[in-house]
Amino acid sequence: MFPASRYSCHASRCIRALKTVQVDHTSPQLYTTLGRRSSSSLSTPRITTHYTIHPRDKDPRWEGVEMERFADEADVVIVGGGPAGLSAAIRLKQLANEQQKELRVCLVEKASQMGAHTLSGACLEPSALHELFPDWKERGAPLNTPVTEDIFSILTEKHRIPVPMLPGLPMRNHGNYIIRLGNFVGWLAEQAEELGVELYPGYAASEVLFHEDGSVKGIATNDVGIAKDGSPKDVFERGMELHAKVTLFGEGCHGHLAKQLYKRFNLRENCEPQTYAIGLKEVWTIEEKKWRPGRVEHSVGWPLNRNTYGGSFLYHLNEGEPMVALGFVVGLDYSNPYLNPFREFQRWKHHPFVAPTLEGGHRIAYGARALNEGGFQSVPKLTFPGGLLIGCSPGFMNVPKIKGTHTAMKSGMLAAEAIFPRVVAVAEGGEAETTGLHVPEYAEALKASWVWKELRAVRNIRPSFHNYFGLYGGMIYTGIFYWILRGKEPWTLKHCGRDADQLKPAKDCTPIEYPKPDGKISFDLLSSVALSGTNHEGDQPAHLTLMDDSVPVNKNLAIYDGPEQRFCPAGVYEYVPVETGDGMRLQINAQNCVHCKTCDIKDPSQNINWVVPEGGGGPAYNGM
Amino acid sequence: MSGRVLVGVKRVIDYAVKIRVKPDKSGVVTDGVKHSMNPFCEIAVEEAVKLKEKKLIKEVVAVSCGPQQAQETIRTALAMGADRGIHVEVSGKDYDNLGPLHVSKIMAALAKKEEAQLVILGKQAIDDDCNQTGQMTAALLDWPQGTFASEVTLEGGKVKVVREIDGGLETVKINMPAVVTADLRLNTPRYATLPNIMKAKKKKIANVKPSELGVDLTSRLEVLRVDEPPQRQAGIKVETVDDLVGKLRETGSI
Repeated sequence: MFPASRYSCHASRCIRALKTVQVDHTSPQLYTTLGRRSSSSLSTPRITTHYTIHPRDKDPRWEGVEMERFADEADVVIVGGGPAGLSAAIRLKQLANEQQKELRVCLVEKASQMGAHTLSGACLEPSALHELFPDWKERGAPLNTPVTEDIFSILTEKHRIPVPMLPGLPMRNHGNYIIRLGNFVGWLAEQAEELGVELYPGYAASEVLFHEDGSVKGIATNDVGIAKDGSPKDVFERGMELHAKVTLFGEGCHGHLAKQLYKRFNLRENCEPQTYAIGLKEVWTIEEKKWRPGRVEHSVGWPLNRNTYGGSFLYHLNEGEPMVALGFVVGLDYSNPYLNPFREFQRWKHHPFVAPTLEGGHRIAYGARALNEGGFQSVPKLTFPGGLLIGCSPGFMNVPKIKGTHTAMKSGMLAAEAIFPRVVAVAEGGEAETTGLHVPEYAEALKASWVWKELRAVRNIRPSFHNYFGLYGGMIYTGIFYWILRGKEPWTLKHCGRDADQLKPAKDCTPIEYPKPDGKISFDLLSSVALSGTNHEGDQPAHLTLMDDSVPVNKNLAIYDGPEQRFCPAGVYEYVPVETGDGMRLQINAQNCVHCKTCDIKDPSQNINWVVPEGGGGPAYNGM
Repeated sequence: MSGRVLVGVKRVIDYAVKIRVKPDKSGVVTDGVKHSMNPFCEIAVEEAVKLKEKKLIKEVVAVSCGPQQAQETIRTALAMGADRGIHVEVSGKDYDNLGPLHVSKIMAALAKKEEAQLVILGKQAIDDDCNQTGQMTAALLDWPQGTFASEVTLEGGKVKVVREIDGGLETVKINMPAVVTADLRLNTPRYATLPNIMKAKKKKIANVKPSELGVDLTSRLEVLRVDEPPQRQAGIKVETVDDLVGKLRETGSI
C-alpha cells in the first residue's frame, strides 16, 4: 500500500518545477512535448495528452513518481465481461468443480457493473446457452420473450414490400428468444459469481504484460488519477498487474488490446481485414394497444441507398410493460463521408410502417456499438503464446442471421475446455511460470465445431452485396446460394478491404439532407447521448488519442469534410473555429464517448486510436 | 476516547444516469440502474481515512442502511481505507419508506453501541437532497454538530470545523464526541483501486437488523405521487413592445 502523501510530495514538486518552465510560453495549448520527437506542427493546438502517445518516462512532470505496480497471480485472467468472457469463466469453473480442482479465474470488465456496456438487438439462439446450462430455465435466465412473429420488409420512402420468411432463410427466428442482452449478461455474471469466478467490474485492462520470451504474462489495469493535461494528480495510483498462465481476450468488437496483439503476434497475416457496421439502438415504452410481444421486424432499403449495407430491427419485448427495442445498422464500408448513421436511424423511424408503433410512446434508452461483419474470411489467428481471442473480438458474428451472441458464447466455452487441462497440468507441476501457455487446441476445436460450419455456410452473403445491384444483388445471391444450396458453393468471395479505405473524397460526393428531429419520434444527438447515461471522470486525458494531432484538420477535414463528426453516435468529435484567426480545430468531447469503437474503425487516416479510459467510465446501459 | 469514527455511506443512483419515473408514479425506476456511493459520502470516507492516516483516530467503521446491494457500497468504503463495515439490513417496502429520521435513529444507536468519538456523514444524498440525517443524528445523541465542513481539524479533544455558509466561512470549535457532515471542498476522495478492493473482500462486514438497534421503521410520511418536472415550454418572440404588453395581459401576468 503506497501512501498517497508520498506521491503528492513528489508530484507537486514536479508541477511547481514545470510551472516555472512554462512561464515563457504564451499559451498553454501550444506546449510541445519535451524529449519526444514531436510529430505535430507548432501551429496545431495540442489535443492528445494521453501517455500512450506521450510516454511518461520522458515527461519531467512524472519524475520521481512511484510507478511500481502491485501484482497478483491467477490461473486464468479474462479480459471483458460479455457473453464470451463470462461463458469461458463459467465453463472453466464448471470443469474445475466437476474434477475437484482449484482454479483461480479472474475477470476484469471496464464497465462499472456487468452489462452496463452491453448493447445488442437481440434475438438469442439458445443453442450455446443450452450447452452451458441445460437447466437455464430453472436458473431463471431472462429469456422471457419467445419469437412469435417474424416480419421482413424492403422499405421504399413511403411503402413497404413484404418478404416472406421461408424456413431455411438465415434471418428466420423460429425457436429464438428476444432478450435484453445487458440483463442476460447480468444473469451470466450472477451464475459466474456463484461458481466462484472473481469478477471485477469497474477495472479496465489497459496494458498487456509480457514475459521475457515475448509470451503474454497477463494484463495491467488502468492507472487512475492522471489529470487532463497528462500530469499526475494527488490521487494518482498505478493500476494493478494480474498475471496468469493464460489470458483470454474477450473485449468485444474491435478491442483495443486485441488491436495491439494483432500487430505484435502478426495474427492477421492470413485473413482479410475485418469489416464492421455500426448499430444504434433505442428502447421505447409504447401504447399497449400497439404492443405485440414476440414480434420481430427487420427491414432493409430506405433510407439507405442500394449500395450502402444496412437495415433496421424492431423487437417487441415481453417483460411486463409494453416495450420495444429498435435500432438501425449501417455497414461501415459506406463511401459517402456525408452519411450520418445516427440521422439515418432517426429518419427511418418516420417511415409509415414504423412510426405508428412509436406514436404515443416514450423513448427510455439509447446506445450504439460497432459490430463485426467480416465473418469467416476475417477470422484471424486465434491463439498466441500466453493468450487467445474469444467472442466478437476475433469476430464470429453470423451476419445474415444478425446474431453473434451464440457463437461468442460457444467460442468462450471451447476456449475454456481447451485451456483447462493445460492450466491444471501447469498448476500441479508447480514450476514458476516464465512463459505463457500456447493453446492452439482452442483454434482446432473451434474449427471443428458448429460455429465454423455456420460461419462457412454464410460466408458469401455479405460480400455478395458488392455488385452493381448492391442490396438487390445480395438478396438474389442469398436466395440462390444460401437458401437453395446452403452455402456449399466452392468459391469464397472477398470483402473490399478495410472500412477506413472506402470513403470517397467529399468533393466527389453529395451532402445528404436530413430532416430535423421532431422531438417526438426522432431526436437530436445530444439528448440521445444523455439517455445513454455515459459519463467519464472529466479530469483525465482524452482516451480518444490521435497519433498525430495535425492530421484531423489537414486530412480528415480537408479531404473528407470531417466524417468523424457524422459517424460518431455520441457527438465526441466537433470541428470548431479556432479562437483567434482563421481555420478550424478538432475538439474531442471525450466525456460523451459510448465506447462504440466506430471512430477507430472508420477514420480514413487511421489516426484515431481508442484506448481504454479510467475503469467505471462509459455508458450506463440498463438491459440494452 | 475510543478513537473510533463512524462513517455513513449511502448507495444512490449514479449522478450521470437519466432518472425515469415508474409508470405507476410511485417512485423512480431503480432496477438494473447504475448505482454508486453518494459523492458526499465518498468525501466523508476520505476524511475519516485521512484522520486515521494522520494517526488522530484508530478505526474507521463504514455503515450503510439498505438491501443486499448496499454491501457493494460498504466494500468500496473498505477499499478506500475503512477497517470494517456494518450493513443494516433494510429491504422491500421498508427500504422504499426509509427516510432521514430512521437513518438518524440507526446512526445514533450505532454511535452509542460502537462508542464512536466522531460520526462523519455526507452533507446530503443526491437522490433525496434532504440534508437532514447529520443534523438529526446529532440531536438524537445530544452531540454538537459541525455541518457543511470544508475543513476539519482535531485539536486536543475538540474538533475545529470550518463551515461553508451563505456569504462565507464560519469556524466553530465543538467538543467530541461530535457529528460532522462533509461538504464538497473538504477533500478529493481517493480511487478504490483493484488491490484494495481485493483486500477489502477480507475485511468484515457485520449484519445488523434495525429492530436489534431498537429502531422502528414505520414511516410518518406517505409518498402520494412522483412526477417528472414539467416540460419546459417554448418561448414566443414578439416584434414590438405593444405586442409584449398584449401578451403579458393575455396570460394574466399584468
